[in-house]
Amino acid sequence: MSPTARLRGRKGETVPLAPGIALAFDDVGKTFSDGTDALRGVSLTVADGEFVTVVGPSGSGKSTLLRIASGLTEPSSGTVAVGPKAPGYVFQDPTLLPWRTVEGNVGLFAQLDRVPKKRRRELVAAAISLTELEGFERHRPTALSGGMRMRVSLARALTVRPSLFLFDEPFGAVDEITRQRLGEEVQRLHARERFAGVFVTHSVVEAVWLASRVVVLSARPGRVLAQVDVPFAYPRPADLRFDAAFGDVARTVSAALQESFT
Amino acid sequence: MTATARAPLAAPAAESPRQHGRLRRTARGAGPPLAVLAAVVGVWYAVTYLALAPRRRFLLPPPHEVVTDGFGDWTTFHETLRGLGATAKVALVGLAIAAALGMIFAVLMSQAGWVERSFYPWAVALQTIPILAIVPLIGFWLGYGFWSRTVVCVLVALFPIITNTLFGLQSTDAQQHDLFTLRQAGRWARLVHLEFPSALPAVFTGLRISAGLSVIGAIVGDFFFRQGQPGIGSLIDDYTQRLQSAPLFAAIMVSSLFGLALFWLFGLAARIAVGAWDTPRRRS
Repeated sequence: MSPTARLRGRKGETVPLAPGIALAFDDVGKTFSDGTDALRGVSLTVADGEFVTVVGPSGSGKSTLLRIASGLTEPSSGTVAVGPKAPGYVFQDPTLLPWRTVEGNVGLFAQLDRVPKKRRRELVAAAISLTELEGFERHRPTALSGGMRMRVSLARALTVRPSLFLFDEPFGAVDEITRQRLGEEVQRLHARERFAGVFVTHSVVEAVWLASRVVVLSARPGRVLAQVDVPFAYPRPADLRFDAAFGDVARTVSAALQESFT
Repeated sequence: MTATARAPLAAPAAESPRQHGRLRRTARGAGPPLAVLAAVVGVWYAVTYLALAPRRRFLLPPPHEVVTDGFGDWTTFHETLRGLGATAKVALVGLAIAAALGMIFAVLMSQAGWVERSFYPWAVALQTIPILAIVPLIGFWLGYGFWSRTVVCVLVALFPIITNTLFGLQSTDAQQHDLFTLRQAGRWARLVHLEFPSALPAVFTGLRISAGLSVIGAIVGDFFFRQGQPGIGSLIDDYTQRLQSAPLFAAIMVSSLFGLALFWLFGLAARIAVGAWDTPRRRS
C-alpha cells in the first residue's frame, strides 16, 4: 500500500473531508493480491445529498469502488475521504439473516451499535413504515418475494441514518416492474432523507432516471471515462424515461458506455 | 396456514378430503416399510420352522415366542427395561457431555486458527483410535462403573459434534460477514448473532449422528464395565451366555428402539429450532 492511501478503516480513523462533500476519491487504484487490476487512477467526488450512478462493463471494478468507499476493502494507492459514519450499504443480494424475522433483520444494525431497546424499536418502526413493510414485521425472509427482501435490506440500511448510501446493483435480480417501483422508492427515500448516494447499475435507463450525474467506468482496470450530468429536477415522474430529452441523455451515456467496451 | 378467500364457502366440505389426503400420505409413507417388516417376519417364521431342525430352534425362536417369552414374561422384561434405563442414562449423560465439549471445542477452533491447527489433527486421531482397544484402559483408570461407561460414550460421540459445528461456523456467508464488518461488530457479536445461528442446522446434524453413536458407546461400555446396575449390554451378553434367545431378541429390539427414538427426537428438535428458516431457499 502506498503511504498516501488512507481510509476510515476498522479502527475508525478518518481523513478530513471538505465541507459539503460526502465522498472523495483521489487517484484511487486497486490491485488484488492475485494480480487483478480492478481500478486505476479513479478520481470522483460526491457532494452531500447528491445522487450519482455508476455504469460500466462487467468486471470494471464497480463493486470494488463501493467496497473501497465503505472501508470493506483497502485501496492499493490514492486517497479516499469519507465521513465519520459508516455508510448505508445495500448489496446485490439482500443478505438477510434467514433465522431473523423482518423486524429482527431491520433492527440488526441498531442492535450491533448497542442502541437502547426503546430507541431501536422506534428506528425499526420508522424504517419499516418508510419502506412500506407494515404487516410483514414477523415474516421470515424465506416467506417474502425478491422485491420485498430488497426492501428489508433497504430498511435495515436506513436505520443507521446514513449520510452516504451505497447501492451495489441492488435490483438486478428482480423483474422489470418491481425494479421500477424500487427505483421510485429509492428516489423517494433520497428526497426525504437527503443522503448522498452512489448507485451501481447495469441499466442505462435506471442510471439516468435516478441520478443527477452518471459516471461511466472503462473496462478493467476501471477508470472514469465520462461523467454525464442529468438535468431533470426531482421528483421525477416514472414516464420521464419515455421523454425525448431523457432519451438524449441516455444516448450520451450509452455512447460513452459503448466506448468503454472497445 | 392462512385462510384463502374461498375458504368460508368450502370449509365444511373441504375438511374431510384434506383429512383423507393426509391419511393417504401417511399410508403412502408408512406402507412400504411395513410391507418390508411383514416380509422379514415371514422369512423369520420360514427359517425357524422350515430351515431349522427342532433341536436347533433356540437359535432363532419364532417371533411370537419372542413376544411371549421376551416381552410377556414380566420378570425378564422388567430386568430388560431396568437395563435399558441404566444404559439410557449413560447414553444421555455421555451425549450431553459430548455435545457441550464438542461445541466448546468447535467454537474455540473457529475463533483462533492456532487452536484449530493444534487440536483438530488430534480430534481426527481420536476418531481413528479403535475404541475397543482403549476401553480396558479406561476401566483400569476409572473403575468399572457409571463413569467409565460414560467416558466411552463421550469418546465415541464427540467427533461428529466437533466437525459438524466447526463446519457450520466456518461456512457462514462472506457477505453476511461484510455486514457485521461494516458495523464494526466485535468477535462476540459476530459469534452470537451470525456464526452460531447460521451453524445451527449443522449442529443438529452432528447431534443426530452422535445420538446414535452414544447409544452404541453406552452398550459397548456395558459389555466391559459391569459394576452397579447392569446395563442392557450386560444383559445381552448374559442372555447369550445362557442361550436365552427370546429375552436376547427382546433386549436387542428394545435397544434398537431406544436408538431410533433418540434419533427421531433430535430430528424433531431440529425441526422446531431451525425448521422455520432452514429450507432449500435458505440463501435469501
